[in-house]
Amino acid sequence: MQRCTSCGTHLFLPRPFCSTCLGTDLEWVESTGRGVVVTHTVVWRAQTPAFETPYVVAVVRLEEGHEMFTNLVEVDVAAVRPGMPVEVRFVPVTETVTLPCFATAS
Amino acid sequence: MPTAVAPRTPSPRDAVIVGAFNTRQARRLEGETSDSVTLAAIKGALADAGVALSEVDGLNILPGLDPNGTRTYGYLLDIPYFWVGRAAPGPPGVLEAATAIEAGVCDTVVLAAGEAGLHTDRSTVAPWTRPSNEFIECWGLMTPAEFALAAQEYMARFSVDPRKIAHIAAVIRNNGSRNPEAVYHGKGPFTADDVLASRMIAEPYHLLDCATTAEGGSALVLTTAERARDLDVPAIRVLGGGSESWGPSYTHPPTYDRTGMLGRAAADRAFARAGLDRSDVDVFELYDNFSWEIVRYFEAFRYCEVGEGPDFVAGGAIEVGGRYPIVTDGGTMSHSHTGESQRHQRVVQAVRQLRGTSAANQVADARVALVAVLGDVVLLGRD
Repeated sequence: MQRCTSCGTHLFLPRPFCSTCLGTDLEWVESTGRGVVVTHTVVWRAQTPAFETPYVVAVVRLEEGHEMFTNLVEVDVAAVRPGMPVEVRFVPVTETVTLPCFATAS
Repeated sequence: MPTAVAPRTPSPRDAVIVGAFNTRQARRLEGETSDSVTLAAIKGALADAGVALSEVDGLNILPGLDPNGTRTYGYLLDIPYFWVGRAAPGPPGVLEAATAIEAGVCDTVVLAAGEAGLHTDRSTVAPWTRPSNEFIECWGLMTPAEFALAAQEYMARFSVDPRKIAHIAAVIRNNGSRNPEAVYHGKGPFTADDVLASRMIAEPYHLLDCATTAEGGSALVLTTAERARDLDVPAIRVLGGGSESWGPSYTHPPTYDRTGMLGRAAADRAFARAGLDRSDVDVFELYDNFSWEIVRYFEAFRYCEVGEGPDFVAGGAIEVGGRYPIVTDGGTMSHSHTGESQRHQRVVQAVRQLRGTSAANQVADARVALVAVLGDVVLLGRD
């Protein structure tokens, strides 16, 4: 993710300037990949036939403070709760695409 | 602190709605295109108003999700010079046009939108519900899942009985079932249990908690109060409004903390400008794309405390005949949802309620309507 070298704010989605101090000197840093579930929904009607149901769309708040959409994997879909600790699982989809999904924190 | 919004004082330049029209709405309108239904809506609204095309000097036209539609129609309609409205259909478009008319920027504005032939692949959800970008498409996100996120969080936070939310969908669908103009006319009645028994789409939303998809067009005509005096239709005043945008929600996760109070400041401004109290509203034409949104609106607009919405809407409160009748044409769940023009339908229905000409579910002596679509709010009133 991006980090502002002037004020230290972590930024997501990627953007051209810092939303806190408007600084333009941004660097790329590695997230810890740990966070908590803010909210989620179990989807039973796939957006397109490319998706197998049920799948879990979640908003995860990372330790760095920003929130991101993701899919929860390796979870009991009925047991997901707000505040649940999760960690990143990189899931390869094709040779060139890998998605940052999340699973229950170990 | 900025100076508070002052109540309006009547002026001959006050903006009024004099034309309001929906074309026939159907799940599929064979032979129709987005352009044909948009044109039919424009003709219908002008005829409803009794206003000639030659009087029109402002346009905001959205045919088939085409962002360049206004200029295209300006030329096709052979209007030499015209004010271009750029706000979305429904309350934001009405508020923008009313503001322009009151400021003297233009005199008579046509707003229109229509969609047909866009949703043809029934193996997928409607195209307008699955915008393509790298931060959302890969997660299988679509509009029902997007709106489910905040609802799910709220349901957990306040331990809400799902039947209380399903009741909202049943009320709206029953309004539509009674409305001969609704796509799903005669398809009710529904109970909360029927809603809960329908298949799950994106938790907590079942199929019957969600908007439908259909085709059709809708249009409005606004002009000055002075011009409206010579027309045969009652002038419906734009009393006040507010407009709050955020997001886009597709890339900025719509959690409850972000979206719960969307429209609160807009409603505060609308009531201040109109010089009205919450209790002055007779009918609530709220955007019903998902059932729990109705709870969110009543809480955000200060009709009840946060967390009290599910009880506030219980029983007959939001039915026609209750104190807070909502979505009286059946809304996006039963009347029609076309992609964009359904936002105009909320205004069309409010105008018909205030004229006393609703096709069904007429609220007795309705004088003030609150129209809201997400963060955009307008208050409309009959003289």
